[in-house]
Amino acid sequence: MIDGFIALYIFMLAAFTGYEVISRVPVILHTPLMSGSNFVHGIVLVGAMVAMGRAHTPLEIGIAFLGVVLAAGNAVGGYVVTERMLEMFKSSKAQPKAKH
Amino acid sequence: MPIGAQSVIQASYFVAAALFIFGLKRMSSPKTARGGIVWAGVGMLVATLITFLWPGMHNYLLMTVAIAVGGIVAWISGKRVAMTDMPQMIALYNGMGGGAAGAIAAVELFAGDAHGFAQLTLGVLGGVIGAVSFAGSLIAFGKLQGIIKRSFRFRGQNYSNLVILVATVLVGSVVVLQGGGVDIAHGAGPMTGHVIALFVLALVLGLTMTLPIGGADMPVVISLYNALTGLAVAFEGFVLDNAAMIIAGTVVGSAGTLLTQLMAKAMNRSLANVLFSGFGESAAAAASGPAGTLKAIETADVAVMLGFSQKVIVVPGYGMAVAQAQHKVWELAQALIARGVAVKFAIHPVAGRMPGHMNVLLAEAGVPYDLIYDADEINSEFETADVALIIGANDVVNPVARTDKSSPIYGMPILNADKAKNVVVIKRGQGAGFSGIENALFYLDQTRMLYGDGQAKAAELVQAVKAL
Repeated sequence: MIDGFIALYIFMLAAFTGYEVISRVPVILHTPLMSGSNFVHGIVLVGAMVAMGRAHTPLEIGIAFLGVVLAAGNAVGGYVVTERMLEMFKSSKAQPKAKH
Repeated sequence: MPIGAQSVIQASYFVAAALFIFGLKRMSSPKTARGGIVWAGVGMLVATLITFLWPGMHNYLLMTVAIAVGGIVAWISGKRVAMTDMPQMIALYNGMGGGAAGAIAAVELFAGDAHGFAQLTLGVLGGVIGAVSFAGSLIAFGKLQGIIKRSFRFRGQNYSNLVILVATVLVGSVVVLQGGGVDIAHGAGPMTGHVIALFVLALVLGLTMTLPIGGADMPVVISLYNALTGLAVAFEGFVLDNAAMIIAGTVVGSAGTLLTQLMAKAMNRSLANVLFSGFGESAAAAASGPAGTLKAIETADVAVMLGFSQKVIVVPGYGMAVAQAQHKVWELAQALIARGVAVKFAIHPVAGRMPGHMNVLLAEAGVPYDLIYDADEINSEFETADVALIIGANDVVNPVARTDKSSPIYGMPILNADKAKNVVVIKRGQGAGFSGIENALFYLDQTRMLYGDGQAKAAELVQAVKAL
């Protein structure tokens, strides 16, 4: 159980952490960064799983099922596209000639 | 509830949260970025697998099916999507996260699992924000994918949105008060009807908020919904007592807020202006035509001009992505570099349809990231450039942003391409830019227009330069 004020402290510290970590990212990485942070909020999957584990009525189970499907899509899709993009970023020293 | 299982679960969430922050931190340099996403992925995998140990859960089979369905569909679509289409795909995945946060809120509210005013309020808030982000992201996807072709606007649109917002807040308040045991509508207790009404309103709000916003403003909108989904996830984390969700959601929320600010700043507009003013469509009539004439040029002459330059700065824009010309542009740059020409790429922060979109497209074509410069880094260099080659960019190189106070883009930071000794613009036809504003750069004495398809013209230039 997270006490109300402890939760508020977590919220405050995480907000500053996010701002500080991201403010150092160069412009050229903004798209992968956005996609990467998009992946990180895919953690909503664990919440959707817990909600589904508690669901009883058909309505609750149906909505929870939809939630888990969407959350899994968020996490997996976010990971796949971020990884694909970051794989492409090469320095001219590492890769003198480009392939076509 | 066995203490052991809970400890293992909490420990895994702790590790996941740490790995997320570590991974995002490593993403701040192109050298370590790829490792960063892998570490974050490990954190996600651990947290997901350990969650199956959560005590007292049921519906395991359906849960596994749901994860498999969502995961496999996203895996395949993520592997297949073209880099040009990346903004809409990211918008879609982001919307899915928002939808999931909304679904969690709905289940908790239906089941009456949220207790106390704090949990109820955050649960309702997170659910509404998630649903808005879900519907809004779907519209953003539809617009970027070309399914929704026009921006829907009518008089009093902002007022009708305000009415929907107020209605959402009212119904949300009823749900919170009823859930907290205050008898205000047909007795406290079952509130399924109110919860359904709440989510319908939130979804409609997301639709009507996003429909009027034009394609060129999508970098701001996608950043904003990314931040909102993060916030929704964090709020649902409070309801579920899940610290990993609170931390990950909040980190994303503040990161997305920062990116949204950067994007709005790069367009010299406030977030409110992007969301509530019909920018693209209303601007066209305001601008008067610049003095001078458009001067066309042939491919062979451009090849000579480029081939005998010392320094060329390439300015790509969304038009390059539409023409799929990035590979040919890099081939052209390589041919020039082989002749001893210094070639640099200048990228405006809002070029493309999401922050940094051009960088991804150039990286895909094989352009090394150390040849790519952002506006602040390269703007002083245009004066020493022999040629500025503009391909598919328009508003971001329009000098009226510096000079003409009556222009809708006045004050927007631009790339100083007009300072170059020669300017060559590769452009499909004579039309105005996305915002409908005539580009004074095209009418300058040192500017020449090379009309045609970006990819075809770039390919012709490669041949012509190699033949010099």
